[in-house]
Amino acid sequence: MTRATFYGWGRTTPSVATLSNPDSELAVAEQLATGAPLIARGLGRSYGDAAQLSGGLVMSNLALDDIGTIDEHGVLRVGAGVSIDQILHSSIPQGWFVPVTPGTRQVTIGGAIAADVHGKNHHRDGTFSQHVLEMRLVTPSGTFSVSPTSDEALFWASAGGMGLTGVITSATIQMARIETDKVLVDTERFANLEGVMAAMKERDHEYKYSVAWVDCMTRGAHMGRAILTRANHATASDLDQVTLKAPKPAKLFVPFDAPSGLLNPLSVRAFNELWFRSAPKLQENEAQELPTFFHPLDGVRDWNRLYGKRGFVQYQFCVPDDAHETIVAAIARLSSSGVASFLAVLKRFGPANPGPLSFPLPGWTLALDLPVGPHALPEVLDDLDALVLEANGRVYFAKDARLAPEKVRAMYPRLGEFLEVKNRVDPHHQMTSDLARRLQIVGK
Amino acid sequence: MDNAFGQPQNVVVLGGSSDIARAITKKLCAARAHTVVLAGRNQELLDVAAAEAQEYGATKTDTVVFDANDASNAKRAVSEGFEKVGDPVDLVVVAIGLLGDQLAMEDDADAVTSMVMVNFAWPVVALAEVRRRLVAQGSGRILVISSVASVRVRRSMYLYSGTKAGLDRLCDGLADSLEGTGVSLQLLRPGVVRSRMTQHQNEKVPFTTGVNEVAENVMRGLASGDRVIWSPPALRYVFAVLRHLPRPLWRKVMDNENR
Repeated sequence: MTRATFYGWGRTTPSVATLSNPDSELAVAEQLATGAPLIARGLGRSYGDAAQLSGGLVMSNLALDDIGTIDEHGVLRVGAGVSIDQILHSSIPQGWFVPVTPGTRQVTIGGAIAADVHGKNHHRDGTFSQHVLEMRLVTPSGTFSVSPTSDEALFWASAGGMGLTGVITSATIQMARIETDKVLVDTERFANLEGVMAAMKERDHEYKYSVAWVDCMTRGAHMGRAILTRANHATASDLDQVTLKAPKPAKLFVPFDAPSGLLNPLSVRAFNELWFRSAPKLQENEAQELPTFFHPLDGVRDWNRLYGKRGFVQYQFCVPDDAHETIVAAIARLSSSGVASFLAVLKRFGPANPGPLSFPLPGWTLALDLPVGPHALPEVLDDLDALVLEANGRVYFAKDARLAPEKVRAMYPRLGEFLEVKNRVDPHHQMTSDLARRLQIVGK
Repeated sequence: MDNAFGQPQNVVVLGGSSDIARAITKKLCAARAHTVVLAGRNQELLDVAAAEAQEYGATKTDTVVFDANDASNAKRAVSEGFEKVGDPVDLVVVAIGLLGDQLAMEDDADAVTSMVMVNFAWPVVALAEVRRRLVAQGSGRILVISSVASVRVRRSMYLYSGTKAGLDRLCDGLADSLEGTGVSLQLLRPGVVRSRMTQHQNEKVPFTTGVNEVAENVMRGLASGDRVIWSPPALRYVFAVLRHLPRPLWRKVMDNENR
């Protein structure tokens, strides 16, 4: 066990803790038995302080790395430290894809469940946890197998529970059948926000995957111009040549921290302009490889270093369907404040799941990457919180590094329900994190 | 906990009733600070500052009384401050200082002792305890209020300027020693600030600011994490030149009032 410094992906709030690497469920249980404050950590892709615990014990799940074999029904059992990348390596050649993937393959299954991640198919298939058949969970009051039918309350409190109910050690997942390693993508360019939102509302249901990239730096008539990409898996009959290839590791990497301020309003605006103009006005049925469509940023290792030493925050919120003006108002507030924001990601969410702390609500979600530095930024984001709250929306814990604690209960009205389950399995609140302390979800 | 913008929730302010400290505390409370412990010499002044902190959003305040003329109480004052916060402390502000009147003090051994104690010895002993506690905690920040006067010691105020220089240089090394501990230290170097401390200085000095401007620069500095926070920021460049001026010119520029 060593002392180590932990950051989130946004690299904003470092903290030092003791690191442990248990390689079995028993070893996890032994460490919990010491009573030390503890949080599990995977590949460190949550943006803020969710997987760190200053002065406590940070338990890496990466040694829990068993991968089972996929049975004929697509059922796969894996250790919590196995990443989506590792799964895809063996699953794609066998004709199986993960049921849900976030924008990166570099997340562990434990982290994917704890943050209840979603992907471009949320409007159809829901979150990752909705495809988990069962998981093993080590809590301060014992080790449990939980599923949507066996201790449903503990299962759903842990799905999206940010690791605060216990340490997930393994999970059984329902994989999805694919015939090829390609998706057929329709790309469409829109001159403004209203246009893209109308198009998404109208025809998203025809696609398994849908996401729009929105430019938050243009003002006036072109405010919120966007590129909409929607896709379905290519079937064998769609293609001349059918392949099932595993994704390749990243070839490019960022070798050192870029100077703070490399990503400023000027450079970001130029990038956004280029990005927007490089997209076709309308293109249909373009066959793209799975990694190109799902994980474009995985092509560059350590891309977060581009934001320099000060790091960046990601702001992701969702609002109900009827509050689509909140999306417009949020983008207007950002574009008028002049803070740099890379192309934002806009998506429609389908129905929510039973998880009391699960993020998605049926409606809209917008995610923005914002470099730390502009003086106005803290206040702009506080203003956005107020807008989101007014619309009965919420921000996503896995991305957060700056929400005010008094807003948490209003954004997550079922927090009390979550705490009831937590108190049952963790009465002394041993499971905690810097995020849980900052948002006052858990004492100490 | 600290957030991505360096806005702390739990704060200890040593020298909490000074004008600069109060302005900083107000801004911190308006952002995310909810628990604030103010330590200082005078209970009444501390109570006023604590009430002000609550007005700006703090939900829990407390005070600690100490005398900075006696470094042997520094450890106790810091410990009490941390214990009264209860939770991990995100930010410790060290705002102890005595400007004094050099002409009246330089021949008086007791007065000189007092300058060394308040501006140097007490803060250094306090910092030792702050460091120990924050390193054990694995996170936290320290903000030490130095002065641009510490960059190059002036003859007309060598006691103040020199003792601050000692603290400033020591903190520079202390900050380096904190690499990899999760704890960081930042120095604030303000120019002349209109406050109770400077109300008897009647010379008109360029780059003089009010306390609110200093506090605003502190908030920005906490967000950026820069090692040295200059207030106003332009002083960084002014002093880059001044510190390398030939000595006769330096004396003429800075202390042309002669004595």
